[in-house]
Amino acid sequence: MIPAPFRYQRASSVDEALALVAEYGDDAKFLAGGHSLLPLMKLRLAQPEVLIDLAPLRELSYIRDAAGHIAIGALTRHHDLEQSTLLAQAVPLLAHAAGQVGDPQIRHRGTLGGSLAHGDPASDLPAVILALDATLVARGPSGQREIAAAGFFQGLFETALEPDELLVEIRVPKPAAVGWSFQKFTKRAIDWAIVGVAVQGSSVALVNMASIPVRAGAVERALASGVGPRDAAAHAAEGTSPVEDINATPEYREHLARILTGRALEEAAGRAG
Amino acid sequence: MDRDQRGSLVKVMMRVNGAEVSADVEDRMLLVHFLREVTGLTATNVGCDTTSCGACTVLLDGESVKSCTVLAAQADGHDLVTAEGLAGPDGELHPVQRAFRSEHGLQCGFCTPGMVLASVSLLRENPQPTEEQVRMGLEGNLCRCTGYHNIVRAVLAAAEDLAAESGELAPGELASGELASGELAAGEVAR
Repeated sequence: MIPAPFRYQRASSVDEALALVAEYGDDAKFLAGGHSLLPLMKLRLAQPEVLIDLAPLRELSYIRDAAGHIAIGALTRHHDLEQSTLLAQAVPLLAHAAGQVGDPQIRHRGTLGGSLAHGDPASDLPAVILALDATLVARGPSGQREIAAAGFFQGLFETALEPDELLVEIRVPKPAAVGWSFQKFTKRAIDWAIVGVAVQGSSVALVNMASIPVRAGAVERALASGVGPRDAAAHAAEGTSPVEDINATPEYREHLARILTGRALEEAAGRAG
Repeated sequence: MDRDQRGSLVKVMMRVNGAEVSADVEDRMLLVHFLREVTGLTATNVGCDTTSCGACTVLLDGESVKSCTVLAAQADGHDLVTAEGLAGPDGELHPVQRAFRSEHGLQCGFCTPGMVLASVSLLRENPQPTEEQVRMGLEGNLCRCTGYHNIVRAVLAAAEDLAAESGELAPGELASGELASGELAAGEVAR
């Protein structure tokens, strides 16, 4: 399978990337690791006329300890997140979940920013970022702005990023020393999660239970009222709208959400203990 | 943008198995097609073509990648190793290749080039893996013949060989699983 023809452009700076996307507009897509976009292009489900390769922007690949949060460059690869001792110590949920994305080959190419900007509700890291209450930093022609993770994902493959904006940094608050867990259910290791759940303290976010990653609000409220993990997890499917596809019916996804949330809350409680 | 600009060409230069290769290729050309059709190195197989099976795995700057999901243009300026580039200049097999043969880690052979390169990358990152780490580390490579057991044995045997070899080369050092750079540079040249 070969993508439809497109023009390949390489950006050597963030400013050049913004200038290129301003020039080509909706016809253009940014290319980071390409492990979400290129498969869609090969299936002709995406047919951008221009690809703006961000690979030369090495300055957007970093994991830094900033006051109160960890700053992660948007082009930091899953492999780098997985291997980072700083992240393993400060935000172990993200380091662990990054190591569960796809397979080693995919983690050698795929980036955190690419995964988030792609906006696929079946991806692992959008839900993790949501559970962590991260802040996303975008740069556009009029400067830089911050977007809360809670408002970033707006629909299937749709985010709060404007067409002429580039996601440049993800700021993850350092969680207080509380438990965490990431659970997902797949048929094969390399598949998208049929359902997944990320837990950080009393924050719970679900993978693939709606057209966007969602917080399990009913579970969080139950936990806040003092209910135990198993009983709280019984609320995991409330307010969700899972799709039916080749892998699962909505009812099966709801069942998985309850089971996986129960396991995640118990594992998190064990770690917090 | 003008339609006639579609299908434009991009100039790429990369090192493939130690040899400099340059070509003008279509912007949309995939790395696996570049390797097979431009450099003539056909050990790299196209299997599923959907980033699943790992038959097209090559090393990009020493790390395993699926070359069906990388553009040739993205590999510009980088260092590639295919199965043809693993053996030494005198044809001596790489320890991972040797182990796949001695442990019978293949049957039909279709997944083997990708499996071997994924294993080289795995051992470079984790020179002394447990059996479970080998199984997890090869989760991106599918084999429809062997049932994986002999492949896992081969990778564990290669890890021992590499540890012993690096012990001979540099006593007291941990096995790195790293190809000596000279070995890379002297690897088989693209035909």
